[in-house]
Parts: sequence; structure tokens; C-alpha cells
Amino acid sequence: MSDTTRVEPHSSRRDGGGAAAAAPPPGVRGRSRKPVASQLAAWAFLAPVTIYLLVFYAYPLYRSLDLSLRNYTVRSFVHGHAPFSGLKNYSIDIHDPTFTPALLHTLIFTVVSIVFQFVIGLALAVFFVQHFRLSATLRALFLVPWLLPLIVSASTWSWMLNSDSGVVNSVLHSVGIAPVNWLTASKWALVSVIIANIWIGIPFNLVLMYSGLQAISPDIYEAAALDGANGWQRFWRVIFPLLRPVTAVTLLLGLVYTLKVFDIIWIMTRGGPAGASTTFATWSYQLSFGNLLPAFGPGAAVANMLIVMTLVFGFVYFRIQRKQRES
Amino acid sequence: MGRRVGSTTALSVAVIASLVACSSSKPAASGTTSSSPAATSSQGTSSAPTAASTSPAVSSSSAAQSSAPPATGGTFTISDPYPQYTAGSSWVNLLNSCGASAGVKIKRTGYDTTALLSQTLLSAQQGNSPDVLIVDNPVVSTLADAGVLASNDQDNIDTSAVAPNLLAAGVLNGKTYGIPIGANTLALYYNKTILSAAGVDPTTIKSWADLTVALAKVKAAGKGGITLSAIGTEEGSFQFLPWFWGAGANLTKLDSTRGVAALQLWTTWFKDGYVPNAAIQDTQTTSWAEFATGKYAFAENGTWQLSNADKAGFPYGIIPIPSMAGGVAPAPTGGEFVTIPLQKDTSRYATTEKIVSCLTSSDNAFTTDTTLGYIGATAAIQAKQASNPELPVWITAVGAAKGRTSDNLGTNYPKISQQLWTAVQNALTGAKSASAAMSAAQSAAAAATGGK
Repeated sequence: MSDTTRVEPHSSRRDGGGAAAAAPPPGVRGRSRKPVASQLAAWAFLAPVTIYLLVFYAYPLYRSLDLSLRNYTVRSFVHGHAPFSGLKNYSIDIHDPTFTPALLHTLIFTVVSIVFQFVIGLALAVFFVQHFRLSATLRALFLVPWLLPLIVSASTWSWMLNSDSGVVNSVLHSVGIAPVNWLTASKWALVSVIIANIWIGIPFNLVLMYSGLQAISPDIYEAAALDGANGWQRFWRVIFPLLRPVTAVTLLLGLVYTLKVFDIIWIMTRGGPAGASTTFATWSYQLSFGNLLPAFGPGAAVANMLIVMTLVFGFVYFRIQRKQRES
Repeated sequence: MGRRVGSTTALSVAVIASLVACSSSKPAASGTTSSSPAATSSQGTSSAPTAASTSPAVSSSSAAQSSAPPATGGTFTISDPYPQYTAGSSWVNLLNSCGASAGVKIKRTGYDTTALLSQTLLSAQQGNSPDVLIVDNPVVSTLADAGVLASNDQDNIDTSAVAPNLLAAGVLNGKTYGIPIGANTLALYYNKTILSAAGVDPTTIKSWADLTVALAKVKAAGKGGITLSAIGTEEGSFQFLPWFWGAGANLTKLDSTRGVAALQLWTTWFKDGYVPNAAIQDTQTTSWAEFATGKYAFAENGTWQLSNADKAGFPYGIIPIPSMAGGVAPAPTGGEFVTIPLQKDTSRYATTEKIVSCLTSSDNAFTTDTTLGYIGATAAIQAKQASNPELPVWITAVGAAKGRTSDNLGTNYPKISQQLWTAVQNALTGAKSASAAMSAAQSAAAAATGGK
């Protein structure tokens, strides 16, 4: 990517500045033209980013791969020389009885969270497009879930969903519904963390969709109204198609973020009870740090599988983008 | 452009290669550390007499700390799991004064106890372990197995006065690592007001049957029964073990009839409403908070809550946890060990030993144990503590207690413990019956420990 961006000003200079030498060989076409000083300057500007990417992206990725491809015991973790074990750690994870439930929970958690976050965020954005008095203040208040530290949100939700003394159960009780064991029953644990995650993710979707809606000229609304479209048709047939690029970005970012969600689940249920709300993120942490005997190999393997899942969705996004640009 | 891509690739490969070379050289360095203990033992004995001859001079001037001539000088690092004690607290002052009496400065870092294991492993990998490591007892065998700790023969640490049941957690393959700073364990706190209102005499509670009868009476009087912690972490196993061991079950066979009986006890209490539903996600701190509301008759909790109990606002008492047939159930030992990690520079051990002896000396350990709410690890300290009327019950309980990693379970314990807390959660949520949960746990534990 950096190469393509550098070629453009380069070629324009060549066209504008006139040729200094006769036709140079194609491979070194650019190089001999550009003065050495500006080459070095270009490298100097690139160096911080390159070093940053190498140290904080490439090296940890390499270490994670290394951890998952070797058989690490605590002794070999400290002293090195762990034997290469190929895909054994991945095989251990796939054959673990926790694998299928964790995969299922990860997918359910991600899909349900995103669907609800997006729909509610979009609905709120459409609502806020009509500027009424105090709409700016109200919109700022809606941002609060996103701004709160996750430990605060997760702890507060834990208290609210407490089986015996939580506020949610007392409200249900006042309406005549029996108390629900939100965090302590196997069938409700996943639902509870999904609800908390939706609440936290709505502001993100709200902000992005709102800015997307702002970009649509109000003339379009008028034109649609003049053509006889009612409110729902205006939205579904005119506005929503225009929002496709913003929708794609929002969904992709939301997907990548939600696949990795760990703090909320860990603080609220620790992935329990008995694995009822375990996702790949919590399982990876539990394997590596959540018990008294760290199993870094399998933990890193689960984390790498999560990275692969995220990459798959990233590629899907790029393909959709390309199709959109071509159409 | 091809050449530009080529040079970029070459640059990145060069950087990655140098990073990899740096990372792979460190294990080699710690490899030499592990081979040096043989040399250390001969060094240790030869330096001990010189240390003994200089220490009287050093300790006599330790009162005037600034003028003490340093024996080795420099800074020694201590890691401990008490982040609640900051600079200026009595614990940190004790560390500094022990350092001063050994003639060195102390740099201390407090970590959250759950993070200390990973932190220690990473430090050992990088070759900068602390000089003194105070760590929770069940991970001592893991660290010893990882080759991070020096055994007591290497460091001349004298553990002859320590009660054997408390020392067992630090024993791995016949070698002892470190010395306990004190021990804590679990017992039953009870709310005197609730019990007298319900007509229950706590001194009659000697077995499980008595306790269940008492809980039924309390529930009939409209109050909560017992708070405990059944969370899916080591705390959950810790709280379940007194009942598991109290049934006479063994950690190597989770699905024995005794083990299932223990789980059945909890499941029945849960179904009958004697235990709050939130216990499945409660830590011991949260379950204590529930007891402190004054709505529950009993709380299964530890010595460290004693100071909180005094502030609870209702009269309380303590009884040991009963076993199935009658008598005191063996409860698991909590409490930390003072250990010495292996160092590249083996000349540091002499000073480190002095610091450790200072920390675990009778008077200092007594002060520390009083601050932390622990029971002393030696008979001498326990005798001093017996004069405090609140402590004799705990001293009895600690006397009957067992280390979780003892019976040479060592590094197998964490794998078994994980299955144990999973089984408890499965049974309490009703996902599996008690016997099904324990059988599943036993097969998983056997698979994880390689058929033990």
C-alpha cells in the first residue's frame, strides 16, 4: 500500500519535471530519477510506522503463533527450548468438549449483539436527525454507555442482574413475574451478557449512522416526499440504500470488536456457570491465565483461531466493498 | 518498485531476525542459571560463616539505619500479593527494616494475587526474577516445577519449626521450597442474634446433619441460611474442599461415593433455599458482604475476615466446619510462602537468606500474621496468638488443615481443581446431577493429569 501511494506523486514529477537522462531500464525507472536525499527522507518518515507495526503487530503475532505451535510447559516457558509440536495444540482445542459450545456461544453472541445494536442505533439515529430542542444533549447522554469504563458497566450490570437483590428482579417481581436467575442459570447467562453488550454498543452505532445520515442532503427527503413516498418507504427505499457504505463500515467494525469482547463476560459471569457463557475470548484467557497451571499453547491456539475468524470477516468486507465500487 | 518492495522486505526481515535472536538468547541465559545451583550450594556454605560474623555488627547498627555499613549494598526486589498495603504501611515498613538489617535497600512491588503467577513466569523467562517472592501456597509447586525457585537446601532456610501440614504445600518430589509466612483457613462464622432467635445452639453443631437441622430452623424463622462461594475459579474449589475432605473423599478420585455425597449436600441446601442463588457467581468477598447484611445465619469464610467481622454490627461467633460423621473437617490452607527465586548472580543468596530469616523470625512473623489476619506457621507463634480469645478456634482449624497441593499432587492439583469447580457449578445450576457431574469431572481430571 505504501508503495502505491508513493508511485503517484513520483510519476507526476517525472511527467512535469522533464527527463534528466535517456530512457533508463524499467526496474530502476523511479530510483535513478529521485534524488537520494528525498529517498532517505521518505524512509525516515516511514521508519517510525514500520518499526511500530513490526514491534506491536508483527512480533506479538509471531510470538502468538510460536506459542501455539510448540508444546510449552511452565518449565519450557521459563527456560526455553519447547519442542515443536505442529498443530497439536489446535487439535487439543478442537477435541476439547468446550470447543463446540464456545464456538456456538461466540457466534450467537456476536450476531445477536450486532443485529440489535445496529437496529437500535439506526433507529435512534433516524430519530435524532430531526433536530428538536435538547436533541444534542440527549444524544450526548446516549453516548454514556460507550464512555464508561467497561469495569464500571460490567459491575453495574452484575449488581442489577443479581438474583436476590438486583433491581431488575425486583421490577419483575412488582409486575408479577417470578425472579430470573440472570447470571447463575445456564440458560440465562449468555442472554445477560448479550444484553449488557448491546447496551454498551448502541452509542457506537448511533454515532456512525448519525454521521452517515447527516451526509444525505435534505433535498432527497423532499424529493421522495414529493414523489409520494410515505415515511417508511422514504426510509427503506431511499435513505437506507444510500447508507450502504456507512452500514458496511459500522457492521465490520462492530463485528471485529464484538468477536473479541472479553471484559464484560469475564466480570459478569467468568464464562460460567460451568461454561454456559464461554466464548473463544474468555476461553483463551481461562486457558492461559484463569487457572493455577497456565496452558499457554492451547490458549494461544484459541486466540489465533479468533484472529482467523476476524480475518475472514475482514476479507468478506473487502469483497463487498469491491463489488460496490464496481457496480 | 520491485526493488523498493525488496528493500522493504529485507529491512523488515532484518528487524524480525534481530528481535528473534534477542528473544532466543534469553532462554540460554536462564539455562545457565539452572545449572548454577550446584555451585551455589558450596558457595552458600562457605559464605555462611562470614555472614554470621558480620551480621552482629550489622544488626547492632541497624537501629541507626543510615549509618549501617552495607554488607553487599545495592537494591533487592521483593514481590508480594498484598497490593492493599502501600508505602508507609506496617508491612512495607517491615520489609524495609529487614532489608536495612541485611544492609540493602528494598524495592517492593505488590501484585494482585491472581496475576502474580503469570507475572513471575514472565519475569523468570526474562531473567529478572525478584530476590524474594511471596506467593500463594498452591502455586509454589508449579513455580518449583518450572525451575523458578531455589530449594531450601540451596538456601539454608530452616523449616524445622514449621508445622508439617502447613509446609506440605511447598514440598515437591522430596524437596522443600520456601517457608510459610502464616496460614489461614475456613471456618463458619455465625450471627448470634439470628441463631438465638431461631433456637439454635451453635455448640451442638458437630456434623453435617446437625448443621442441616440448624439451617432448616433458621429458614423456618424467616432468615437466610448460609453464604458461601461456588464461583468457577479457584475460590470455588477452596470453599468446597472442607466439605469434600470432610466426607473423607480424596482429590485423586472425585467421583467416589464420599465425593458425590459432599456435592449432594450443597445441591440439597441450594434446592431447599438455604444458600443464596448468587453463590454461583460470588467471590468470598461478595459472600461475606451478604453475611454482613445481617440476613444470613452462617458464613463460610476465612480468618482474613476477622477485622471485618468486628465491624459487622451484630454479635458473631465462630465454629469450625463440621465433617460428615462428626468432628472438625480438614479445611484447605490459604496463606503465602516466602520463596527465593533462582538468580543469575548467586552471590545475592546470602543477603536474601538474611532478609527471609528476618521476615519469618518469631517476632516479625507474629506482627505480620496479626496484620494479615493469619495464624502463625510455627508452634511458637501460635502459642503467642492463643492469648487472643478470638483465635483458638482458628488455631484448631489450622491444625486440622491440609495444603491443596500436598499428597504430592503438586502440579496435578490445578487440573483437578478446575474440574472440581466445574462439577460444583454443573450440580448447583441443575445442569447435571451430583453423581453425573462428579463422574464427568473425574474423567476430565484423569485425562488432564495423564491417568492419575
